[in-house]
Amino acid sequence: MDYQRIIEDLRKDVAAHPISVNLVYPDEVYVGIHQADFNKMCLWLYKRLRSPVMMFFAVDERKTAQVFVLYCAFMSVEFQKWFFVHVQLLQESPFFNSISKEVHSAHLFEREIKEMFGIEPLGNSDTRRLNLHDEVWPEGFYPLRKDFNNLLQPAAEKKEYNFKRVEGEGVFEIPVGPVHAGIIGPGHFRFSVAGEPIINLEIRLGWTHRGVEKIFEGRDIFKAVGLSERVCGDAAFAHSLAFCQAAEKLGNIRVPEEHLCLRGIFLELERMYNHAADIGGIAIDAGFSYPGMYASVIKEKILQLNAGLTGSRYLKGVNAIGGVTKELDSGSRDKLLITFESVREDFVNLKEMLYSSVSFMDRVDDTGVLRKKTAEDLGVVGLAARASGISLDLRKIFPGIYGKVNFKLVKQEKGDVLARLTVRIEEFMESIELIKQFVSKLQSSKAQALSKMQVKEGFALGYVEGWRGPVLYWLKIDKSGLIERCKIVDASFHNWRGLSYAVLGNIIPDFPLCNKSFDLSYAGNDL
Amino acid sequence: MLNILKNSLKKGLLTRPVEVKGVAIPGDLEAIGRELKAIIYQRFKRSLHLREVDTGSCSACESEIIAASNPIYDIQRFGIDFVASPRHADALLVTGPVSKNMFIALKKTYEAMPGPKFVITVGECAFDGGVFKGSYYVQGAVKDILPVVLHIPGCPPTPFAIIHSILVFLKKFK
Repeated sequence: MDYQRIIEDLRKDVAAHPISVNLVYPDEVYVGIHQADFNKMCLWLYKRLRSPVMMFFAVDERKTAQVFVLYCAFMSVEFQKWFFVHVQLLQESPFFNSISKEVHSAHLFEREIKEMFGIEPLGNSDTRRLNLHDEVWPEGFYPLRKDFNNLLQPAAEKKEYNFKRVEGEGVFEIPVGPVHAGIIGPGHFRFSVAGEPIINLEIRLGWTHRGVEKIFEGRDIFKAVGLSERVCGDAAFAHSLAFCQAAEKLGNIRVPEEHLCLRGIFLELERMYNHAADIGGIAIDAGFSYPGMYASVIKEKILQLNAGLTGSRYLKGVNAIGGVTKELDSGSRDKLLITFESVREDFVNLKEMLYSSVSFMDRVDDTGVLRKKTAEDLGVVGLAARASGISLDLRKIFPGIYGKVNFKLVKQEKGDVLARLTVRIEEFMESIELIKQFVSKLQSSKAQALSKMQVKEGFALGYVEGWRGPVLYWLKIDKSGLIERCKIVDASFHNWRGLSYAVLGNIIPDFPLCNKSFDLSYAGNDL
Repeated sequence: MLNILKNSLKKGLLTRPVEVKGVAIPGDLEAIGRELKAIIYQRFKRSLHLREVDTGSCSACESEIIAASNPIYDIQRFGIDFVASPRHADALLVTGPVSKNMFIALKKTYEAMPGPKFVITVGECAFDGGVFKGSYYVQGAVKDILPVVLHIPGCPPTPFAIIHSILVFLKKFK
């Protein structure tokens, strides 16, 4: 498939002429554009590729080029490529024209660029800060700028966050969080309710913001894998894999097929234990505790299997740049397959229990519907998108090692809690089949030592379909091999807004159910 | 319903000794649990109630704390329960490196607890910020903010380590 076609169309259709078009990697196209044409270009790609904004971020290059550079990434299913539009902004008063009126999926990214770099998205009326809360962080301090100095920072003026207000007779607000009743991350939910149904839900996040992207900066790329495992604990493997893939592209490192299979196995194991936990969580939130406990046993079994195979219950320390550090000998493979027999049996029982309970099905059916159109507009990705009828799975679009096994994409149409539950259940079963196929492809049990590797100056994107959805790492390396910029996008960043639309019209007691059916990460969103 | 009964009977009692790599286990989970239960019964008048607060953890610690309540470990049978409100809690379980945003919420949660009360930190981040130490948005170690009496190390600590650490700690004050 020739991606040049799209470039020709682009020159013809858009009155703008790109400054440069570079195929930096076989799957990454970078289109340079003048500041005045940035919007036109983004809109055209958005419509042509039918892709939401997958990433949108800034890089501070004032030191070397006296500019800020914006990158806006779209994904092309048709060409199996990522299209990055990049534009240089003069450093004096950096601004760009907002695209979020036409492309809703850009909205949060624009707010993030504003708060982290002080680059103004002109025309975006909502520039409230996401992670740097007004109560604790002063105005005018942009942590991702290179000249940011933490020590010069004055105390914050105590300001309150401006929540959207719904007014009218009988309308009241229910504030929840940041500390919740359960053992879970912090987030603030502001419900506007009249009677029982939810009229509006505003989710304020950022509570677990730790400045992850800044911590990556200046690190040796080979020593930063451990950090990527601690960005989002329940997707530690997906995150470290995306990071390693970006680094491998930079170093032009070829990962042996054996290790690609092993990565496939571990990625699917991560998917399985999380799906099991969520299926149990949905049952518990509907007040059905026995299947909840039953599912937690399945999760524990897989965690213990992980520990047996790799020494880590959450698959930490497994990924390395160039491959994996743990291989499976024949004993481990047997153990894996034996454990899978009992896991599968348990899981089939669990499924039976849930599907045969009329009262449970009544709770999940038609609850928390996220319509396909809404999901598309918001740029919802991953599992939640597949439950709303969008066939989007990086394992299908960029198959890699998944192209060598028989992989069936799971999809539902309705977009309710039941659809998301069903996607999980079917993906769990699919993961078992995938792992079995990967295991059968494993060759010898001889450890392949990772050769000495070097990365060269440049940038690259690493991407993985984690259990929630795409995990994206965009890395930029300087001459000495240190990380200059690391932009992370977890599926949660796209999907939290999906949740706030899915709950509309539902009653408050169904909120936990809707929330669990998405099960988004606080840590992965806030970074 | 029949399905559930059938599965329940077939499955039987699940709480069973667990093998834990890399941790020296004094006796098995059962023995530790029995001891823990006896101490808690005596010192806390039957049960110890914990409230968990995430101050910016990656959620792996939460996952393990939740796992301590699953039918394999079943921490509840030893007299430890996780409560929904700080008002009902004897101790606070803190995870994460304390982000600036959670700093006030953490203090408020602690203040809402009735005395006598104590604070336990779980995981490397809560000890000194872990890999996030020195970040512009990390307030500092929990022990500099609240009176911490016990730290449970690990990234994340296993459910067994959590149960075991609490026992070792309580025994010191017997």
